[in-house]
Amino acid sequence: MLQVQDIHFKYGDFPVLSGVSFSVGEGELCGLFGPNGSGKTTLFKCCLRFLRAEKGTVRICGEDTSAHSVEQLAKVIAYVPQEHKPPFPYLVREVVLMGRTPHLGGFFGVKRRDKEIAMNALAALDITEFADRPYNQLSGGQRQMVLMARAIAQDTPILFLDEPTSALDFQNQMRIWKIMRDVAEDGKTLLACSHDPNHVAWFCDRVVVVGEGAVVAEGEPADVISESVLEKIYRDACAVRSFEGMRMVMPRCVAERCATGRSAVPQYENPTAVMRVSADAES
Amino acid sequence: MTESTGFRQLLINLGYDPVDGFGDGRKIAVLAALALLLFITACIAVVMGAYNITITDVYRTILVHLTFGDITALPKLHNTIIWDIRVPRIILAISVGGALAIAGAVFQGVFRNPLVEPYILGVSSGAAFGAALGIVFPAIFFSIQFFAFVFGALAVTLAYILARVRGETPTITLILAGVIIGSIFAALVSLLKYTANDTALREIVFWLMGGFYYATWNDVLLLTPAVIVSFVVLWALGWKLNILSMGDEEARTLGVNPEKYKFVVIAFATAITAFAVSLVGIIAWVGLMMPHASRMILGPDNRFVIPASLMMGGCYLILCDTLARTLTTAEIPVGILTSILGAPYLCYLLRNKGRAVFG
Repeated sequence: MLQVQDIHFKYGDFPVLSGVSFSVGEGELCGLFGPNGSGKTTLFKCCLRFLRAEKGTVRICGEDTSAHSVEQLAKVIAYVPQEHKPPFPYLVREVVLMGRTPHLGGFFGVKRRDKEIAMNALAALDITEFADRPYNQLSGGQRQMVLMARAIAQDTPILFLDEPTSALDFQNQMRIWKIMRDVAEDGKTLLACSHDPNHVAWFCDRVVVVGEGAVVAEGEPADVISESVLEKIYRDACAVRSFEGMRMVMPRCVAERCATGRSAVPQYENPTAVMRVSADAES
Repeated sequence: MTESTGFRQLLINLGYDPVDGFGDGRKIAVLAALALLLFITACIAVVMGAYNITITDVYRTILVHLTFGDITALPKLHNTIIWDIRVPRIILAISVGGALAIAGAVFQGVFRNPLVEPYILGVSSGAAFGAALGIVFPAIFFSIQFFAFVFGALAVTLAYILARVRGETPTITLILAGVIIGSIFAALVSLLKYTANDTALREIVFWLMGGFYYATWNDVLLLTPAVIVSFVVLWALGWKLNILSMGDEEARTLGVNPEKYKFVVIAFATAITAFAVSLVGIIAWVGLMMPHASRMILGPDNRFVIPASLMMGGCYLILCDTLARTLTTAEIPVGILTSILGAPYLCYLLRNKGRAVFG
């Protein structure tokens, strides 16, 4: 469905991506996982053609996207940005209706059918009650839901999501992941950036791990989210343990604490505190 | 097909087809009310004036002209005052007010900032320089209006070229480029003022304050068709403008090429601004306030904001111009009145709606 081949990109002289290749199959929810500064966002921007890759191709359904116009590309890929505040208080239903833009024609082009699709997208996410509220006065989690609804209304075979859960509380994170799962079950292909290895392991069909501008590992989460891979990107920060058959990634220090059965509250040693106090006194 | 279903079909074709949860009926009613308000304001303004003419005489004069009646039968003085002075002046006020307000709405949308006004890319400074050249060196720069337009358009073009990096024109760069170009032309205007003789200096200062003193049918015939065409084009792009106001990257993923559409809407908005400014001088605040007021009444959807701005801008300038020519025996430059009336409105916005409007 989505094939990325040998993408190279430089900001000035600084190479960000050097030969990234991966592919996502139809109906898969693929997680793009990697540390800060590994080039995830740049990779996204190259695929969406915000940035022009100096080398490499992005193919969708076998077609090279570099020949697509902006209008054509928008019929194939929908993009869910990180939640943000636009300067004007558009109503939620107007924001969702914006997702229909690639399919519009005519003078204003907004047809009855487009409005119905927008309302259905709100209903699918169970947020119809927000329809008449200004989008920029909602909470972060609510805004993220609205952006999801907009991408669903855009009705494209592929959805790109840029850290859809990063600014949300736990309950909202789970809601968003569940919605992404449902969308994947409907046969759409999703590519989502995430910073949480557990989320990726729990919800994704497939994971692409990016580190320092190249793909570190690719495959099913059970194979990819392993201690050896995490060591490559996070050095010794993580440990992978299994609880009741579920794999859990946790900070290594916590895993060690469990293993040795030490008290749950970490005991900070005093020298640091003393040092900080003395440093304050000097400044 | 009956009259009412025909009207309904028109609304549906325009994209105003109601769906549950998408009731646009109120907004359409507001637009109709604003159109009516504009018409009534114009009808009242045409009766007001320094020279007293009875209401019946005023409307009879207009009616004779509209029905191609016998003009020679009218009193010559009435005919001159009503048909050659007041009517073109009012139509010009509507066109200028509408042009500035539409341009303001467009610039605010494109630049994603509700505090932007149409002069942001330096069109007013450029036009002022062109006009000043025409005033100081009439032998070389033969027409004040022509060179005001040329330099106004030139200033924006320069700003656009300056802001263009690697095939893109980021908004911040564009605004900064506008500030730079604007300040260069403002400095050049100061230079001309400094070197000009007293008569020319007086004329430059007067021009800068803006006014409709010399409005003629010629001006109307030049400006009004341009405003109507630009209005239709920009109105049709209203939905795309909504998308543009979400930011370049999102616009791109929603299938609206930001470079292409930004260029088109800025070109049209600049053209009518430069045109309006070249005919009547620099009139402040209309382009900032009217889109604001429209948004407060109708919400931020540009499909409604653009027509509402046109009508409110027209009303506001008729009001200001009528006050300008009737308040005192001498005329007050209309730019002074738009600012004096506009400032309290903005204070009100800042104090009461600050959070909602300014984010």
